[in-house]
Amino acid sequence: MFKYILVIDIKSKIVRCVFKMRAIWKYVGKRVLYVIPTLIGLSILIFILSRVLPGDPALMAAGPNAPKWVVEQIRHQLRLDKPLWQQYYYWLVDLFHGDLGYSIYTKRSVTVDVVEYLPASLQLIFLAALFEIGGALALGIISGRYAYKLPDNMVRVLAYIGISVPSFVWGLLFQLIFAAIIPLFPSHGMYSYGTIPPPRVTGFSLIDSLIAGQFDTFVDILWHMVLPAFALSLGAMAQDARIIRAGMVDTMQKDHVSLVRAYGIPERTIFSKYILKPSLVPAVTVMGMDIASLLGNAFMVEMIFQWPGFSRYGINVMLNKDINGIVAVVLVVGIIFAIANIIVDVVVAYLDPRIGRRSA
Amino acid sequence: MSRATILSEWWKTLEIKKKWYNFRRSPLSLIGLIISLSTVILAIFAPWIAPYPEHAGFYTDFEHANLPPSWQHLFGTDEFGRDVLSRTIFGFRYSLMMAAVVLTLVVPAGVILGLIAGYYRERWIGKLIMRISDIFIAVPPLVLALSVCSLLTPSAFNAMMAVSLMWWPWYTRLLYNITSSIKEEYFVYAAKVTGASSAHIMFKEIFPNAMGAVLTKITLDVGWVILLGASLSFVGLGAQPPTPDLGTMVSDGAKFLPDYWWISMFPALAISYIILGFNLLGDGIKDAFEG
Repeated sequence: MFKYILVIDIKSKIVRCVFKMRAIWKYVGKRVLYVIPTLIGLSILIFILSRVLPGDPALMAAGPNAPKWVVEQIRHQLRLDKPLWQQYYYWLVDLFHGDLGYSIYTKRSVTVDVVEYLPASLQLIFLAALFEIGGALALGIISGRYAYKLPDNMVRVLAYIGISVPSFVWGLLFQLIFAAIIPLFPSHGMYSYGTIPPPRVTGFSLIDSLIAGQFDTFVDILWHMVLPAFALSLGAMAQDARIIRAGMVDTMQKDHVSLVRAYGIPERTIFSKYILKPSLVPAVTVMGMDIASLLGNAFMVEMIFQWPGFSRYGINVMLNKDINGIVAVVLVVGIIFAIANIIVDVVVAYLDPRIGRRSA
Repeated sequence: MSRATILSEWWKTLEIKKKWYNFRRSPLSLIGLIISLSTVILAIFAPWIAPYPEHAGFYTDFEHANLPPSWQHLFGTDEFGRDVLSRTIFGFRYSLMMAAVVLTLVVPAGVILGLIAGYYRERWIGKLIMRISDIFIAVPPLVLALSVCSLLTPSAFNAMMAVSLMWWPWYTRLLYNITSSIKEEYFVYAAKVTGASSAHIMFKEIFPNAMGAVLTKITLDVGWVILLGASLSFVGLGAQPPTPDLGTMVSDGAKFLPDYWWISMFPALAISYIILGFNLLGDGIKDAFEG
């Protein structure tokens, strides 16, 4: 009899899982369909802004002393002599051929720049995200576990400081303290002086160095990433620790916790299964958004640590008023942001027991 | 009904006395209030409080350049011999002005758009407004603000415009959510039945219910806007030197970092101080309204 029930239980679990996956995929499809017009809108917005706002990019590119025909040539090359809708149309056609236009800053196709610089940024953000998730979980759980006691108060004050200090201030502080005063970490760049960069395969220098078998280089790159990644992660870490704490404090007062406690379930199980898990759902949403917004803060941090990444490229492009570069940077950030949001939605849907059950 | 009575009615719905009682109980909120008030006072009375007010703009005194912190110059002097403390106090002015200008531009625009979008949720106008606000939210505000600033000529004024352009969708979304949930309430129907105009329903029936949320968001946003402004000028796309803007001062001083740390570190701490103050204040007000 008991065995029979168990079989039914497993069966229903599998069925539920299938339904859940189906519901999630349907949801993802809907989200992707919703995101595409938004991204097209974003491209139109930034494209129009880059062409309409005052200032002559062709003149900027040619320099103040260039003869008139050079300026005209660059203007023609950038298609600035055509009407706006034609410019956008040709830009869109090029985009579908994988060409984001000519960069007046690097003097080559923007696509080449994106491919070259993006992996370095992504790998920095990946490490920062690891720091963020780990730190937020640790601090949030400590704070929630000892709510309204000394550890909680300390974490809360730390979290306020973490949120309020901008990432570039953390970057400068770390550079000053851990690179200049106590030379624990390198102060800038990706490789130590004299290190030979690994041959480019994936573009992610960490993976490339492993493929090439240069383990020393791998450690060296990782060593260079610690300070920027940590500076980048602190703000988001503090924010998420607060949200995890708030969720836990909220869940602790719920009736179901009193119920399982009355059943005599061990306190440890109550904590991990009935308090922690439900309070992580709202945190995941914010965490995903925060990881995606690391991409924005990376602009300053990469500048401080001279990290050869996409965000630093973005700054250089902006300071040089390279219109194709600016459009590409905004669009790439928008795409990454959209992907991150969809991933977050999937994770939340997976964690949330309500999704999929209704249809099952 | 005159404007004054509308304002006083809005004011009454806030129940300030009760909120103040809630607010006062938390020491962190009071610290936030003190910090924010201190920055506001420093900013307003900067020319009288700063020890060397003439150092705020163009000023060179190479004899006293790069002096470490001392009793004459509490925060030291920068590469042109200007007193860092005086410039930091003047820097509060630019940070607070940024927040004030951005929020006065953004809040009314975002609130009105959000009310319209929520009230006409099923019509094309509501959908259009929300889709446009989605576009602005599709990228971290910093990235879009940076690119708009770079396309304009970098200056403090253009930085304010760029941040304002990025910020309204958050208020639109807030008001959209509140409006679309409230518009099904009976008092809204009652107003409709008595023949009230749409504008009356939006501003006199629905908006007072959103006041607390908007006010909370404004105080929480002050810190974020200051952070965004400081980031813009740190990158070099905001206020230009010799403006005593905190972000610009940090990035200028960063060039001299390990040796002359005081040039960039004190403005950096000042940015953190002002943001910390407004974050604490905002959270205190939020708790007071919810509790």
